Amino acid sequence: MTATVPPRHDLAQEPMRDPGETGGLHRVLGHRYLLRLMVRREIKARYIGSKFGLAWSYINPTVRFFTFYFVFGIILQRGAIPHFAIHLFAGMVIVQFFTESFNAGTRSIMANKAVASKMPVPREMFPVASMLVSLYHTGPQLVVLLIACLATGSFSPDLVGIGAALLAFAIVLLLSTGMGVMFSVINVLFRDFTRIVQTLTQMLPFTVPMMYPYTLVAERFGGIPTIYHLYLFNPLTEAVLLMQRAFWITTVSDRDVREVNEAAGVQVFDGSYGPPNFPNHLFERGFAMLGVSILFLLLAQWVFRRLDDRIPERL
Amino acid sequence: MVTSIEVDDVSKKFSRHYTRTLQQIMVAKAKRKKTRETFDALKNVSFTVEQGEAIGLMGLNGSGKSTLLKCIMGVMRPDEGTIRVRGRASGLIATGAGFHPQMTGTENIYMNAAILGMTAAETEAKFDDIAAFADVGEFLDTPVGNYSSGMFARLGFAVAVNVDCDIFIADEVLAVGDQPFKKKCMKKMEEVRDSGVTLFYVSHSAGSVRKMCERVIVLEKGEVGFDGKAGAGIRYLKYDDDEGSDSENANDI
Repeated sequence: MTATVPPRHDLAQEPMRDPGETGGLHRVLGHRYLLRLMVRREIKARYIGSKFGLAWSYINPTVRFFTFYFVFGIILQRGAIPHFAIHLFAGMVIVQFFTESFNAGTRSIMANKAVASKMPVPREMFPVASMLVSLYHTGPQLVVLLIACLATGSFSPDLVGIGAALLAFAIVLLLSTGMGVMFSVINVLFRDFTRIVQTLTQMLPFTVPMMYPYTLVAERFGGIPTIYHLYLFNPLTEAVLLMQRAFWITTVSDRDVREVNEAAGVQVFDGSYGPPNFPNHLFERGFAMLGVSILFLLLAQWVFRRLDDRIPERL
Repeated sequence: MVTSIEVDDVSKKFSRHYTRTLQQIMVAKAKRKKTRETFDALKNVSFTVEQGEAIGLMGLNGSGKSTLLKCIMGVMRPDEGTIRVRGRASGLIATGAGFHPQMTGTENIYMNAAILGMTAAETEAKFDDIAAFADVGEFLDTPVGNYSSGMFARLGFAVAVNVDCDIFIADEVLAVGDQPFKKKCMKKMEEVRDSGVTLFYVSHSAGSVRKMCERVIVLEKGEVGFDGKAGAGIRYLKYDDDEGSDSENANDI
């Protein structure tokens, strides 16, 4: 019956292929269209049914900023640090990008069970999509941050600062993709990781110099090089410092520095771009962390490849 | 003839205990019980399929049909042996996968088609066919969460049967959907088969397998029990006994 019908496609030239050869981050790039649809769906789904819709992306960070401003700028009066709310918020933007994409990435394969267990798509796609969704939501926060910077009246951004911000984002983008890729598959095999990662990311904001100034860390641990270096070896610490280099220190004017130091009666704050407000070799450290993030992503991909085959039977 | 699928000595093992806590594992270890038990989901399965063949895959529940199809699709990889396919494999295997209840029918059609491997242009070109086949009318702009279960299933089927592929896998019973829709689906699958696409059809209904396929592969506990003419395969499974009473359901899947 079918033999009389000519072949639908001329497949004779087409090579036989191994259907199982579907995974790998490089193949995710071949599925850009599906990736785009997945990201768009997640973005739309978040505020679906709410009357304000995407406005929530602006309302939430704005409220958060004013809370910081009220607590740290008015109640606590962190005199030694001018524009402390921006100091905190600049770090918060990048830390939140990381924690959101790490958390969502870890859950991503479980959340897309139906597709992951039935369709031959590269499963790295799910954590990558989670990262892109988190990146998208960082946009409105950056807008709020920029408005806050401009509101200080002394914001003077420079090219080096823009480079610092880009470097911070590159580090966190690669690192959080690696974390998502690695833990999405581990989470399928050991479901406890959803909670472990949650606990970990709740701790993270306190391990980076945003609620407290870097100068305090240098002061406390400067004499104990091991702790000091360990503290700085955290790629997130570096990303936060780079963000502060881009947005916070550029809002600090000479007058701010003078006022702070006069009020304290001693030289407690420098206000310059170099040390002591930032560690030595800020940018060298940044590029080193970028390298670490790339290596970590490669390691995550290796782990994923090794465990990927066990995903469908465990979902 | 062009070979479409080549399955060579494929085996796949599954473990029986996946969801145990650390405590349970420790207790089992202390009692010197096995902490790991496996069984063969597929065992030394081999066969070759030519392009354009229509194959009925039969067997009791748990005989390994879905595992085999997942290996052919490339969702799973066999522990041993090799599988080679030519062209794109798709079909009624993940109908409705990726459907978001709060998105409209149209949005879900694009999403689902992309998951099944179609590009934006292909979906665009087929969109009218898909919409006509689903026949949900103005509900296309309604979130699919508000669909009746029949409409939801119809939309999933409509996308799946319209995917342009070289190997069509039908691993789902039409449990939902009314009689006219079932008839429409069977007709569409016959069309797909007659267009020269390789068809893999999983069913427990002897009547519809006889109608759709000329060859039957029967799996028994993961092994190929029978591979040959459809009629003989159905007799091998002893499914022909009740075919008389089944005749009015012949259109069923």
